[in-house]
Amino acid sequence: MHEISLLESVLESLEAQAKQQGFQQVKQVVLEIGALSCVEADALRFGFSAVMKNSVAEHAELVIVKIAGQGLCPTCQQTVLLETRHDPCHHCGSFGVKVLQGQSMRIKELIVI
Amino acid sequence: MCGICGCGSSSKSKFSPLKPHHHSHDDAHSHSHAHETHGERLIRVEQDILAKNDSYADENRAYFQQHGIFALNFVSSPGAGKTTLLVATINALKNTRPIFVIEGDQQTDLDADRIRATGAAALQINTGKACHLDAHDIGHAVQTLQVADNSVLAIENVGNLVCPSSFDLGEAHKVVVLSVTEGDDKPLKYPDMFHAADLMIINKIDLLPYTNFDVARCIEFAKRINPDIEVLQLSATQEQSLGAWLEWLNQH
Ligand SMILES: Nc1nc2c(ncn2[C@@H]2O[C@H](COP(=O)(O)OP(=O)(O)OP(=O)(O)O)[C@@H](O)[C@H]2O)c(=O)[nH]1
Ligand SMILES: [Mg+2]
Ligand SMILES: [Zn+2]
Repeated sequence: MHEISLLESVLESLEAQAKQQGFQQVKQVVLEIGALSCVEADALRFGFSAVMKNSVAEHAELVIVKIAGQGLCPTCQQTVLLETRHDPCHHCGSFGVKVLQGQSMRIKELIVI
Repeated sequence: MCGICGCGSSSKSKFSPLKPHHHSHDDAHSHSHAHETHGERLIRVEQDILAKNDSYADENRAYFQQHGIFALNFVSSPGAGKTTLLVATINALKNTRPIFVIEGDQQTDLDADRIRATGAAALQINTGKACHLDAHDIGHAVQTLQVADNSVLAIENVGNLVCPSSFDLGEAHKVVVLSVTEGDDKPLKYPDMFHAADLMIINKIDLLPYTNFDVARCIEFAKRINPDIEVLQLSATQEQSLGAWLEWLNQH
């Protein structure tokens, strides 16, 4: 369950932001999770409140924005929507589509007081 | 205090609890307020969740480069033969190239003990609940182990084909070990790991006659995920099968 470690990194970042930006409490955390990143949104939701307990983000709401996977086909040079990393090109059937988008895991924004 | 990262100890940072909040209220209540009445504001962070791990990994990588340390991150399912391969490799390279080993397991020192029995220096990291090593662990371990200049640093990650793929340790290459008793479809089932690896070692080749593992199919699947992946086949328990692997090490 590396989602827990990732949430711990998120928390570390929130604590750092709280110091830098001078806020006491996080009300909402918006994470951007790519469809091809190796993280499960449900596992993040599951672990979120446990990891945020007793922190600036206790009781914060978690919002997950999903980013679709997108790649470029090396054979036909067209843009391909990817559900998983090893999907073949849906135009020409080639494998080895180069991933352009959807691998990211980002803290996008926060609502704080 | 730690000189590398300023952390208080080798354990993960702890967070101090919030001071009591003067108007604490439950979630349902808080949502009924308009944002402005509470002085809420929006902060754009736009930060990669792994940024911190990646920055430790960059530091490790720079350190390895400066000191001529060739670092490999071995990943596999539990029991694929990572420790057996490392022991065999150390024995084969004895007195030609120093090898230092960092062993990651959730519990026990057993694997580090197996490495030390060869005479090589090993450090065990018990990750506890965590199912992977991270770059911060490695930065400390390299200092504790006093890895010599111009040596090979073998990092045996926790047996797990999922989580370690996300955590760069600063290694030169990830090496994924897949044993033939696990099935030839593993690259498709755990694509992130095979995508992240530069070398796939198909191990326990001696057991091929007892399985329906199709080596060609496995390689085809792996190349679908990662067209550039290199592939070697061997039995970690049979010294004479290690030639191509030792050659690979020699060339790197
Ligand atoms: N027949 C055969 N057995 C092997 C081979 N390599 C490893 N084994 C056996 O597989 C078992 C597991 O090997 P380990 O080296 O402990 O595997 P590991 O990947 O280090 O395991 P974890 O650290 O627990 O993830 C041991 O009983 C080894 O003797 C091989 O090439 N052939
Ligand atoms: Mg082992
Ligand atoms: Zn195509």
